[in-house]
Amino acid sequence: MKVAQPDAAQPGEPGARAGAAIEICGLTHSYPDGTAALRGVDLRVAPGEALAIVGANGAGKSTLLLHLNGLLLPGSGNVRVADLLIENGTRAGPSPSTLRELRRRVGFMFQDADDQLFMPNVQDDVAFGPLNLGLSEPQVQHRVQAALAAVGAAALAARSTHRLSGGEKRAVALAGVLAMTPSVLVLDEPSAGLDPASRRTLIELLRGLPQTRVVATHDLLLALDLCPRVVMLHEGRVLADGPTQALFADEALLQRCHLELPHVTAASATGLR
Amino acid sequence: MNHLDRALHELQAFDDIAARDTPLTRHDPRAKLLVTLCFVLTVVSFDRYSVAALLPLALFPAVLSAQAEMPARMHWRALLLASPFVLMVGLANPLLDRTPMLAVAGLQISGGWVSCAAILLRFALCLSAALVLIGGTGMHALCAALAQLGAPRVFTVQLLFLHRYLFVLAAEALRMSRAQQLRAVSGRRMGLALYAALTGQLLLRAVDRARRVHQAMLARGFDGDLRLIHRAHWQRRDSVFAAAWCAYFLLARVVDLPQALGHHATGTGWS
Repeated sequence: MKVAQPDAAQPGEPGARAGAAIEICGLTHSYPDGTAALRGVDLRVAPGEALAIVGANGAGKSTLLLHLNGLLLPGSGNVRVADLLIENGTRAGPSPSTLRELRRRVGFMFQDADDQLFMPNVQDDVAFGPLNLGLSEPQVQHRVQAALAAVGAAALAARSTHRLSGGEKRAVALAGVLAMTPSVLVLDEPSAGLDPASRRTLIELLRGLPQTRVVATHDLLLALDLCPRVVMLHEGRVLADGPTQALFADEALLQRCHLELPHVTAASATGLR
Repeated sequence: MNHLDRALHELQAFDDIAARDTPLTRHDPRAKLLVTLCFVLTVVSFDRYSVAALLPLALFPAVLSAQAEMPARMHWRALLLASPFVLMVGLANPLLDRTPMLAVAGLQISGGWVSCAAILLRFALCLSAALVLIGGTGMHALCAALAQLGAPRVFTVQLLFLHRYLFVLAAEALRMSRAQQLRAVSGRRMGLALYAALTGQLLLRAVDRARRVHQAMLARGFDGDLRLIHRAHWQRRDSVFAAAWCAYFLLARVVDLPQALGHHATGTGWS
């Protein structure tokens, strides 16, 4: 069931074809053990749009996200992100220069912040991306300060990354991504493991960002709070794509995707119908 | 707090000390690294029976430890932890070398016991210096200094990641150990088979973690070359620090200071 086809979107609306930040056509991906993680995904995201991707474990959310940064290459179909085309044309995949540019334009925040914070202190971790872009040290310092200030973590600059709390780690991981000034932000389970206050801070932070945001999450409240549009993945396919409140009010659809809204929110979402 | 918890806590304590503003942390990491290297070379250059002549060199870790405001307890614990390995090496000497060397209160002491004492002293001096270097510099600044001094990139990068993920893996091991303890109703100690299974699990998790970390690095433009910000700037005080300590090491190496002091105190001449 597709509640709203992306093609139905009007120019200027979320999902409009013209000037799409992300455009995915017929994307499939199978892992070496034969598991088909994506079975023909079509998706379009407009510049500046905040899109949530929800689905059960194994629905293909993370696999889909990894294609947006070139960390996985399409089995078939193609992905166009920030005007860069990634397709399964050659065995070698996209050229190193294309991948470098893709990774400059698309920031990826991993589910486990410990995977992302690999440098021993905050300042060096945030500087990792800008240094790889070949910027001069003063430029790098400027970007580091700006990114840390943007996530409210300027005071953490000199701290060791392993001494940060879960919320601080998440904020610094986001700063590391923002320091590369991407036009698209891809976030995998950004609220996983955060306490309510840290989660709220993160939501407010993400809400204020101008970039196109694609958020894969099990946290339906976060999706409801942050993203006007949601895509529901089920067994590697897009099962539904449309306004978040409308889709979350459809209990049968949620059940089919193995999802559930918290009780109070479910009642309020039903009231919205 | 179990052993792993304590070990993790102590490891973190080194970072906390390095993060403080102390007279030692203000020096350029390269100066501290070079001076420590000279110190180690001086210590190992003494002959195998030198014990008293090594004692003046203890001034170096003692002064630096005070400058870094490093608690003596941390120092002693680290020395004790590493001592079994050196004791095993050192205690073989009295068995292999039984040549009488000196007599104290009528008791004959063989060359093996003297060389054993020399090994233990050298170990204590070198390890103390290394601990103070890490505590007074921090692993990251140390790796950056190594890179600046021309150490192979692969070495500095490995060292940096080893330090960073030691904490992550230790935390992982801690969680596994707790899970095991929670289900160990019999209260028996862990058998070898269980140790092997847990270690295997930890290794698998480490490999999985490494894959994800590599992906995260690629996602931020990593191309195989790790670039670091070099914040340290060599100043005149670093030159003075390095020159003064190197001169002292040279003096301690050329002149047997305890013997000279002894002669001076007793009023006898020395050559």
